[in-house]
Amino acid sequence: MEWETVIGLEVHTQLLTKSKLFSGASTAFGADPNTQACAIDLGFPGVLPVLNGEVVRMAIKLGLGINAQIEARSIFARKNYFYPDLPKGYQISQYELPVVSRGFLDILLEDGTSKRINITRAHLEEDAGKSLHEDFQDQSGIDLNRAGTPLLEIVSEPDMRSAKEAIAYLKTLHSLVVYLGICDGNMQEGSFRCDANVSVRRRGETKFGTRTELKNINSFRFIERAINYEVERQIALIENGEKVLQETRLYDPNKNETRSMRSKEEANDYRYFPDPDLLPLVISQDLIESVRHELPELPQQKRQRFMDQYGLSAYDAGVLVASRELANFFETTVKASGNQPKLAANWVMGELSAALNKSNLEITDSPVNAEQLGKLVLRIHDNTISGKIAKTIFEALWNKEGDVDDIIEKRGLKQVTDTSAIEVLIDKIIAANPQQVADYRSGKDKLFGFFVGQAMKESGGKMNPQQLNDILKKKLSG
Amino acid sequence: MEYKTLTELSKELTTKKISSVELTQFFLERIKSFDKKLNSFITVTEDHALQMAKQADEQRAKGEAGRLTGIPFAQKDIFCTRGIKTTCGSKILDNFISPYDATVVKRFNDAGAVLLGKTNMDEFAMGSSNENSYYGPVKNPWDLERVPGGSSGGSAAAVAAYLTPGATGTDTGGSIRQPAALCGISGIKPTYGRVSRYGMIAFASSLDQGGPMARTAEDLALLLQTMSGFDEHDSTSVDKPVPDYLKTLNDPIKGLRIGLPKEFFNQGLDSEISKIIHDAVREYEKLGATVKEISLPNTELSIPAYYVIAPAECSSNLARFDGVRYGYRCDNPKDLEDLYKRSRSEGFGNEVKRRIMIGTYALSAGYYDAYYLKAQKIRGLIRDDFMKAFNEVDVILGPTSPTPAFKLGEKMNDPVSMYLSDIYTIAVNLAGLPAMSIPAGFTKGLPIGMHLIGNLFDEERLLKVAHNYQKVTDWHTKIPEGF
Repeated sequence: MEWETVIGLEVHTQLLTKSKLFSGASTAFGADPNTQACAIDLGFPGVLPVLNGEVVRMAIKLGLGINAQIEARSIFARKNYFYPDLPKGYQISQYELPVVSRGFLDILLEDGTSKRINITRAHLEEDAGKSLHEDFQDQSGIDLNRAGTPLLEIVSEPDMRSAKEAIAYLKTLHSLVVYLGICDGNMQEGSFRCDANVSVRRRGETKFGTRTELKNINSFRFIERAINYEVERQIALIENGEKVLQETRLYDPNKNETRSMRSKEEANDYRYFPDPDLLPLVISQDLIESVRHELPELPQQKRQRFMDQYGLSAYDAGVLVASRELANFFETTVKASGNQPKLAANWVMGELSAALNKSNLEITDSPVNAEQLGKLVLRIHDNTISGKIAKTIFEALWNKEGDVDDIIEKRGLKQVTDTSAIEVLIDKIIAANPQQVADYRSGKDKLFGFFVGQAMKESGGKMNPQQLNDILKKKLSG
Repeated sequence: MEYKTLTELSKELTTKKISSVELTQFFLERIKSFDKKLNSFITVTEDHALQMAKQADEQRAKGEAGRLTGIPFAQKDIFCTRGIKTTCGSKILDNFISPYDATVVKRFNDAGAVLLGKTNMDEFAMGSSNENSYYGPVKNPWDLERVPGGSSGGSAAAVAAYLTPGATGTDTGGSIRQPAALCGISGIKPTYGRVSRYGMIAFASSLDQGGPMARTAEDLALLLQTMSGFDEHDSTSVDKPVPDYLKTLNDPIKGLRIGLPKEFFNQGLDSEISKIIHDAVREYEKLGATVKEISLPNTELSIPAYYVIAPAECSSNLARFDGVRYGYRCDNPKDLEDLYKRSRSEGFGNEVKRRIMIGTYALSAGYYDAYYLKAQKIRGLIRDDFMKAFNEVDVILGPTSPTPAFKLGEKMNDPVSMYLSDIYTIAVNLAGLPAMSIPAGFTKGLPIGMHLIGNLFDEERLLKVAHNYQKVTDWHTKIPEGF
């Protein structure tokens, strides 16, 4: 039996504002409990919300970034439920009329093709506080610093068909919101949180299966694992003749399993209604245009430009634009390389990325800066060094042993390009290996590699490979 | 000392016939003598008042006094006052001391008014008799066996008995106008958005509006001037200049077009009241006004619509009173649910609970469209009725309440009959219009209020129309016997 997975994602991005959605209190992370909550955040009697204008600009940015409709008029509603970390007894959110609707993101799949994921809506809402269940001896503590922090919830259509697609979508969205400067993207601190709606169906089936909602998973890796676990759980249920229940489930990363949190029957009736304390949010075309002028080049545009301007493949361009920092690093490298984009891309995505991964470093912390890497590429291109030697130099750069040219000079790594010197060396090798020469000449073409190896060994790898090939071929054919 | 209006007292302070400290002492004495009978104050801020009065006198000595500097004044206990108990008439806030001032309070403080105390009210402004207060009912100074009206009954009774020359009220469905009518004083509910709601504890946010209560329209003009205007802390307050209400108060009203809605004069209206209102209409005709009958056909729908919208909003607004952060908390809660259930059951009174339940029901999944959305549509119809009427007339005139003050306890077990006492006032809140009640006569020793309704932001005209009437009548000068 072949199964198809159906995934829709709800992403809560914490907007990068200085103050809260409806109050002037600070949103900085990590302050002492309840020191960043004013009377409004605490839900004191008589207080009223006033919308933070910066939040609106950020919502417009997202809307433009996902090619969506930015609604001229949207409504804040109250979502009513009781919980100690929800001071007013309701959360101000957008329900029927969200600020952004009908957008999409094109994601890049591993096979190099791209897929369009539709985005139903994005709406503004305030975050709740935090309940602290430890350290209070049978009681719970409440920290309301986070209460009222602005969130933009971005809801996709159920367009993803595997955990890998879900991750590709999340990474694309993550990179977009960071590019836009509306979210710091910090998943550990909860700035980018994801709920996944997951269901399975038999391939060919047109109706969706019953879905479960996986809550608040805080890393790409866990999201992938949680979805995969859930898919297997659902398939096993159905294959055993049981039914998937519509419910909310919590992923436990320690046990790598999902557990039921509450069923559909237990779900709250949130009694949504328009918040009478807030006027409809009206966005003029002028405001949208003024925000459009502030937009940076977005990942998808940048990817296209990298393909057009540098002749990169869609895959390479996609990897390089994943973060603004990486893209900037690449472009600086290209500039310093005397415009060798393909070679530069290979080095950034190959040697450099591998070294960074191994040391668990971000591109911004790279010990080799883009100018040095570009110069290294330049020296490969102008035949000063071979690709193989370049790896040695890269290691030296990584260890901060100096400038590219200094290292080449100091270590005598300059490539041998003097034809007569190469000929002398080859003559020597031919003389020393008569049997191999005879075999080669009698048709054992594979032995060509043996002579190249010998030559490189003799020269310490400094021989220009192309010249070596040419001369060797000529001499061997004798 | 005679029973002077707030405007007259302001002149006496200006001419230094009296000091603010003397005036404040005078009213504090009256509160001490008479409020045992009335119960119109929940909190009397004696020390605070005398200190403010002293400051006001110093300010005046420096030549920095305004028209309200040193004027004793009372705030309905729905307005948050920094450092002073703010109960909203509820046990659930009996221990609540506000950390901040409501915008209205701040504006009066900035104007130099002296806070005598916080007046009694129906719990969370829900009620038409002031019997729903945790602090006990307020008595009507015209007959101590009768209610003062509600929810701003404390403010109305205190002004009527001259325990304060003026006070604030709030009006969600008639809570300024109905008690003003029943106590024989003047009160105005401004256009929704004219006065900031910041710091005014919310009952039904889309209907609540604060306003002043005093003896005369002239006093109201002075007080409203201070209260009104845009507030950046209230998104629903309107950024529109406040006219100088006092400037046009004495302009003649010749040619004024008055509309009498036939729906306000049908069965259910006390015949004595009908006669009194028609007498008032004749006074206006003498002043040069023209009168015509108009129709507000959806008036009868206003009560059902109101009793969906107001409870719906209150069910959400009052969710914050949960015993977690401030206010009443039950003893020894065994878990979170117990904490919620008992704190709220023990902290709220019956009428509040009734409305929370009605509102919760009206907003529930499956009922929302039938109740809340339908009520909002009716609200639109009611607004349209008024807008049509204002194409033909300048003000709408009628009775404020269908009956004079009723007996304490008379309607407590009959909520629907209690709700019907707001039949003329509620539609005005649903439409967001300004309206006022001024004294227009007496029946069997009980005052009767005349209701004047204006178009949006037409407070200036309403005050002028009321003041013109008060210049040729003396109903507003009467003081109940024994005070």
